[in-house]
Amino acid sequence: MRTRAPRRVRLGTGAGYSGDRIEPAVALAERAEIDYLVFECLAERTIALAQQERRRDAARGYDPFLEARMRAVLPACRRRGIRVVTNAGAANPIAAATLVQALAHELGLAGLRVAAVLGDDVLHLVRDGGLRDANGAVFEPPRDVLSANAYLGAEGIVDALAGGADVVVTGRVADPSLFLAPLVHELGWASDDWTLLARGAIAGHLLECAGQVTGGYFADPGYKDVADLAHLGFPIGEVAEDGTTEITKLPDAGGRVTTRTCTEQLLYEMHDPAAYVTPDVVTDVTGVTMTAIGPDRVRIEGVAGHPRPAMLKVSVGYRDSYLGEGQISYAGPGAVARGRLALEVVAERLRITGVRHSELRMDLVGVNALHGDALASGHGDPYEVRARVAARCDSLSEARRIGDEVETLYTNGPAGGGGVTKAARELIAVTSAFVPRDAARASVTWMEA
Amino acid sequence: MRTLREVAHSRTGDKGDTSNISVIAYDAADYPLLVRHVTAERVRAQFAGVVRGEVTRYELPRLGALNFVLEGALGGGVTRSLALDAHGKGLSSALLAMEIPEGEGAP
Repeated sequence: MRTRAPRRVRLGTGAGYSGDRIEPAVALAERAEIDYLVFECLAERTIALAQQERRRDAARGYDPFLEARMRAVLPACRRRGIRVVTNAGAANPIAAATLVQALAHELGLAGLRVAAVLGDDVLHLVRDGGLRDANGAVFEPPRDVLSANAYLGAEGIVDALAGGADVVVTGRVADPSLFLAPLVHELGWASDDWTLLARGAIAGHLLECAGQVTGGYFADPGYKDVADLAHLGFPIGEVAEDGTTEITKLPDAGGRVTTRTCTEQLLYEMHDPAAYVTPDVVTDVTGVTMTAIGPDRVRIEGVAGHPRPAMLKVSVGYRDSYLGEGQISYAGPGAVARGRLALEVVAERLRITGVRHSELRMDLVGVNALHGDALASGHGDPYEVRARVAARCDSLSEARRIGDEVETLYTNGPAGGGGVTKAARELIAVTSAFVPRDAARASVTWMEA
Repeated sequence: MRTLREVAHSRTGDKGDTSNISVIAYDAADYPLLVRHVTAERVRAQFAGVVRGEVTRYELPRLGALNFVLEGALGGGVTRSLALDAHGKGLSSALLAMEIPEGEGAP
């Protein structure tokens, strides 16, 4: 364990979502001057799907890429003293931590301390009336609830780090809190120093999507060019004791870190910039300044903070409906007209064959699928289009009939249709509720070394 | 006229049925131009048929940026939408097609 708090803490991002690339994390583990490597792997809906998996198999329900990621980075992290924080525990942090511990044995990493942070699962409160809606009334749950997980703050991870954890595995923790926790632990920030907590939370917000701050999701040729996008590197955040943050990347990694990439990511998924709510602090970025202070290095200053919210947000997963979908392509002269005819024909056939659905959507991909006809007008006809029919149904069997009725266009529709695909699946959706923070307290469970 | 793409860049984020779209001036000198011409009303009109709810604009002069919050923009919510782009990721590019006047704002 450390005996001296460093003047600043260096955080690397190892993943910005579950399926993210692994090699940038390996590069950071092996070559970057970092103290922590943080993996954000848990999208809004993922935990509901993971909960279903855990019910089928009590040893599962964590991120499917956890083993591959840890196998790739743990030896270098151990050798270089880099501690790992990840929310890849999803619906089963204990099973995930057990896996990491077993992997450490297999890799010969003796003495690696692994901790799981629990406390986010509040499913039991759904039926007890323990959750609130956005207006403060008792939350009325959807019919078929699968999961309910509170967005925990940094607290549990801070406890695990204070206890000497080398790897901390959590379930649902707010993304910025994964990064804030090491800062609180290393820099000794008080749990009510809203200015410092806000600065750390915004550092986390900038880092949480990995490549999205280093030039990923940014390139627009001729306007915003990004060098070597194929080898895009993941970010490094260097945070000083006063919360001043610098974002950078490995010099030889692809991508770029500029005030532009950082500003896009700062505002990503932000609503009111004077009140961006995290479990640990409410942040205000209206006074933020960004300065390029070196090649691929941007300094962020001026974040302000306000007291944390009394309630934690809860992500409630439930069985919503079944999605049925079918697609078919048309090309050459008249492709758009044939695509439109195909959609009309399918709509009528769904009606006359009595396919039941509560919502129907017809798109011409290449024309109007993303933003409708109004924005698409005046752009001329494309060479090829793809007609897409999607519907919301009450059963899987009914949903399958949507794609089947698109497939019949082969021999029963307009000329020259090809490349039919069809799909039907259950839609697990997510809605939000709130819980008093005392009802969702983090706790730490240690693995046997 | 020219398009917003000539003076600003943009990114879309999603939460539930709400989308947010940042509009960031390449040159800080163009920020007043954005404030004047990229109003909540114009953004709402641009996305008529896509956005069913309120459009709110937040101003960030120190960053030369605007942030638009579009309610009811994601087909009932990212996790239940029937849309091809359920997250509304492409809305930022659509917004950059907005027309704005020439030769104003820049020094």
